[in-house]
Amino acid sequence: MERIFTMPEAMKPEQTLYCPGCGHGIIHRLVAELVDEFGIRDRTIGIAPVGCSVFADKYWNFDVISAAHGRAPAVATGMKRGRPDSFVICYQGDGDLAAIGTAETIHAANRGEHFVTVFVNNAIYGMTGGQMAPTTLVGQRSMTCQLGRDPAIMGYPIRVCELLKDLPGVAFMARGSVDSPKNVLKTKKYLKKAYSNVLEGKGYSFVEIVSTCPTNWGMTPVKALEWLRENMLEHYELGVFRDCDAEA
Amino acid sequence: MVSKIRCAGFGGQGIVLMGKLLAQAGMMEDKHTTFFPQYGAAMRGGTANCSVVVSDDAIASPMAQEPDVVLIMNGPSLDKFEPAVRPGGWIFYNTSLIDREVERDDVEVFKVAANELADEVGSTRSANMVMLGAFAGKLGTVSVEALLGSLDVMLTGKGDKIMNLNREAMKRGAALAE
Amino acid sequence: MSERVLMKGNEAIGEAAVQAGCQCYFGYPITPQNELTAYMSKRMLEEGRVFIQSESEIAAINMCFGAAAVGVRTMTSSSGPGISLKQEGISYVAGAELPLFFVNVMRGGPGLGNIAPSQADYFQCTKGGGHGDYRVIVYAPSDVQEQYDYTMLGFDLADRYRIPVLLATDGILGQMMEPLVLKKYKDPGDLPSKEAWRLGDPATKEPIWITSVRLGEGELEEHNFKLQKKYEEIAEKEVRFEEISLDDADIVMVAYGTSARVARSAMEMARAEGIKAGLLRPITLWPFPEKRLREIADKVDNMLAVEMSLGQMWEDVRLAVCGACRVHLHGRTAGGVPEETAIVDQIRKIMNSKGDEIIRNF
Ligand SMILES: Cc1ncc(C[n+]2csc(CCOP(=O)(O)OP(=O)(O)O)c2C)c(N)n1
Ligand code: SF4
Ligand SMILES: [Mg+2]
Repeated sequence: MERIFTMPEAMKPEQTLYCPGCGHGIIHRLVAELVDEFGIRDRTIGIAPVGCSVFADKYWNFDVISAAHGRAPAVATGMKRGRPDSFVICYQGDGDLAAIGTAETIHAANRGEHFVTVFVNNAIYGMTGGQMAPTTLVGQRSMTCQLGRDPAIMGYPIRVCELLKDLPGVAFMARGSVDSPKNVLKTKKYLKKAYSNVLEGKGYSFVEIVSTCPTNWGMTPVKALEWLRENMLEHYELGVFRDCDAEA
Repeated sequence: MVSKIRCAGFGGQGIVLMGKLLAQAGMMEDKHTTFFPQYGAAMRGGTANCSVVVSDDAIASPMAQEPDVVLIMNGPSLDKFEPAVRPGGWIFYNTSLIDREVERDDVEVFKVAANELADEVGSTRSANMVMLGAFAGKLGTVSVEALLGSLDVMLTGKGDKIMNLNREAMKRGAALAE
Repeated sequence: MSERVLMKGNEAIGEAAVQAGCQCYFGYPITPQNELTAYMSKRMLEEGRVFIQSESEIAAINMCFGAAAVGVRTMTSSSGPGISLKQEGISYVAGAELPLFFVNVMRGGPGLGNIAPSQADYFQCTKGGGHGDYRVIVYAPSDVQEQYDYTMLGFDLADRYRIPVLLATDGILGQMMEPLVLKKYKDPGDLPSKEAWRLGDPATKEPIWITSVRLGEGELEEHNFKLQKKYEEIAEKEVRFEEISLDDADIVMVAYGTSARVARSAMEMARAEGIKAGLLRPITLWPFPEKRLREIADKVDNMLAVEMSLGQMWEDVRLAVCGACRVHLHGRTAGGVPEETAIVDQIRKIMNSKGDEIIRNF
């Protein structure tokens, strides 16, 4: 019998402890598959951020460091500059990347640091139990906006790609989603481009991935995918925002 | 007298509510009482448990590490808390969802077909109330009356239908102990 | 008995702050204090006051700095990692002599640690925390009622002395529910007016400068001497502690917060078997009840520090008693909570030991 589903070598044979229907599991896997496809497991360093994916080291079968909340881009900068032959994957949630770590993110992008950022946008703080994230949609309820996000008091959900894309240091920037097999494949394509850019020394490469948190959205996994499609994709348009190759 | 109680089950069985009702009832009887939930990332994976201490004197730690009583709503929780109970303590467990016997022989056991009794009253979701009623009826740590009273405080705003269901379920549980 | 309600520690702190007239709350989510932030997100808006979930703890503390400078009551709350980030801002608040109330619901460290209850931030809480020569008044409540009461008092003292006041609790105290009497806030009536120094008030004639930078020759040292005077006054007037069964005690435990609850019950167990144990419970960690400890040390041969950290408060007890008696240590940390039986075991061991041996549980 032909085996069609195998575990990537860059993934440990562990069952993830994420909630059913959580996007982190799929995205971990995409990240790992590409590490294998490029054959770079021995020199890859992943960053486990502060957020639900703080446990990434349990699942990725390559070197992993845990950074303080929001400081992953600075830690990535230090590692890549200190060891230029390493391949660094800066994995971050929306609270981590776009709230507490906004400054580190902008400046790493602006310096054109040579690492890949994987930005998991689930519009909520998953780990801490469902507070408003910088990407929480207008009207969306959370533990700290119990009547729904009100832009007059809490501002608007940040579109990170649109915000960063014009920084000269950025070589590649795209937004994908994990709501359907088709979009998962497309997201993998974006990630692949980001990896190859960094491996070819082209510069900072960033992929945002619109994802789910059924637990804190208070939905079943199926309903969460529907909600993502119907609400998030309208505010967070999918596509490529910057591609230095296309411009050349 | 101090009684350390642990309630445990899966998310959605109303475990936290059980604990709050117990603490509220203890307070209404002018006892010292604390409620302490399991919190944070440990909640992932769908299990829930909380500690309640009811006492005539000031309470030290609110965590019932070696409980006098456990109120167990599902199988994994029995596996987890059976070993923790103080020798001579009590295990109340939900036989509707657990088909094994308690293995220890140094504890008292009280079986409650909580889901089935709740179904008879009108909703499986009241299984937690059946369990609470059975506990109060059997051991009297807090009275059934106080528990019924605590429902009014903790569930204000719920419609009459739900309130009555819960009251009935609690009484059904208490009747088991008679 | 007045009307009691069952309330969570974190929420009791929030309600007390609302009652005490807190105008602005700024905070960033972190476990195990999340219910406080969530409570404020709802209550402050209900009251038409300011709630902002800031983008980071650094932002939150600096928002507090701003709000305090315009003379309104303000607060923030967090746990270990977030409190560490706030330290720079707290130092600025102390240097500029602004009133601030803040809360640390302590969890396990160092680093990201875990979210379990602990008292491991004792050093950080009591020794200033950030850079420079400054002090913070620290309250260590040991039940839900005290978390409520000392929040109210904390706002008053912050205004009275223009100083940061910290409520130091832990994951147990923050998460637990206990009966609470929702007392009304009473303005002490003699708090100094903020009119002379607050910014943005059209009534003030001369421009006002609030700062922590002092570059003139000797200026900063002079400012520091002034701060020290204030700290001495606070140490004189504001130290608080509770004494339990000290009169006939042969051994005295020193414990605060959650640890004190357990120590108290261990004390009763020890007495039941004929060992005369007593308890001194610091309610302020700074100022620390060092004078009283020194007096007690002359009457007993042994003290036992019980804490959810590994000897941090123990150091202060030893400093206070200055070698006048033996000071032993019962320390647990990172989610480990002292157990009555283990404490009593250690007390027995201590009572049977001789010479200058110091007995620790680890
Ligand atoms: C300095 C600091 N502040 C706060 C926290 C608490 N904290 C842990 S995870 C988290 C938010 C995570 O949200 P996000 O980045 O969106 O990740 P997700 O869990 O949604 O994947 C926060 C605020 C912390 N660990 N450190
Ligand atoms: S809480 Fe949300 S983000 Fe975290 S594991 Fe569960 S579904 Fe995923
Ligand atoms: Mg998130």
